[in-house]
Amino acid sequence: MKRLKLFIPLAIFIVIAGFLYKGLFLEKDILPSALIDKPFPEFELPTVKDPTRIVTRKDLLGQVSLVNVWATWCPSCRVEHPYLVKLAKQEGVAIFGIDYKDQRDQAVRWLNQLHDPYIFSIEDADGRLGIDLGVYGAPETYLVDSKGMIRYKHVGVVDEYLWRNTLKPLIEQIKLEEKG
Amino acid sequence: MKLRSLLIILVLFTLAPLGYAAIDTYEFSTPDRQQRFSVLTNELRCPKCQNQNIADSNSPIANDLRREIYRMLEEGKSDDQVIEFLVDRYGEFVLYKPRFSSKTIVLWGGPVLFLLIGLMVLFGLLSKNSRVDSVVSEKGADSQRKNQLSEDERQRLKKLLG
Repeated sequence: MKRLKLFIPLAIFIVIAGFLYKGLFLEKDILPSALIDKPFPEFELPTVKDPTRIVTRKDLLGQVSLVNVWATWCPSCRVEHPYLVKLAKQEGVAIFGIDYKDQRDQAVRWLNQLHDPYIFSIEDADGRLGIDLGVYGAPETYLVDSKGMIRYKHVGVVDEYLWRNTLKPLIEQIKLEEKG
Repeated sequence: MKLRSLLIILVLFTLAPLGYAAIDTYEFSTPDRQQRFSVLTNELRCPKCQNQNIADSNSPIANDLRREIYRMLEEGKSDDQVIEFLVDRYGEFVLYKPRFSSKTIVLWGGPVLFLLIGLMVLFGLLSKNSRVDSVVSEKGADSQRKNQLSEDERQRLKKLLG
């Protein structure tokens, strides 16, 4: 019994070391979204290409879509942009853009030069919609169902891997749910 | 001379952090709101730069959140409403002081639990020690008795020592 007691510090050490070891691999930069399974927030904002056109939450409804937060000042957005173009063209995914805290002329030039994968891009110049969405950095992508509920959030670049393993299966599942 | 330069260095070090603090020019209608603004922005965490609070961070998102908090306070919202607004959007994560709930019970209760365990171990050790002490002192009394010589023996000793 006394012998066993001597091992108590070792046991404590192992437990703590285990937690710390696990902590090394935690992706603490990625926050769980507080908005999963909640309705997409209300908004009333102009589009980037046509500032006279005001769009609202209703314009997003009716199909399963991706809502992609982007900006011309965001280098990772440039990285993911060609893939979004590909998704829109080849896979026929409905993608809406939110041009987050950006300048319109630069955004228009970006869309003209790099192709425009978006049905329309919402101009969120002061980042107010971004706050309602819990955006804390671009790019972020939200998967929204046809009733306007946010079903999934991805922080970072959308790429082939994410599409194949997460987004595509989720979209198919949601479409099935909505049919049934 | 040395003391003076040390003093100057000390003063510079104390001033340095002031230069980093983000500066906003929000004008509050009441001093109370200003006070609450500084408490709130110090207690809420910046979602982008996770080791800073909203008051200290210079990131665009912290800037926007300061603006929103200012707006809400000037609209007459309570502290709880402001906190609720941020938790709804960014999750419990933004609270540097987590709320007491079933999820955070370990967090809040942990220290108390460890204190109790520590006290139990401490008392255990103390009572054991005092038991050992009393055993030792009993033994000591025994040996003292053994060392005491009877009257007979003392006289013999006297004789032997001359």
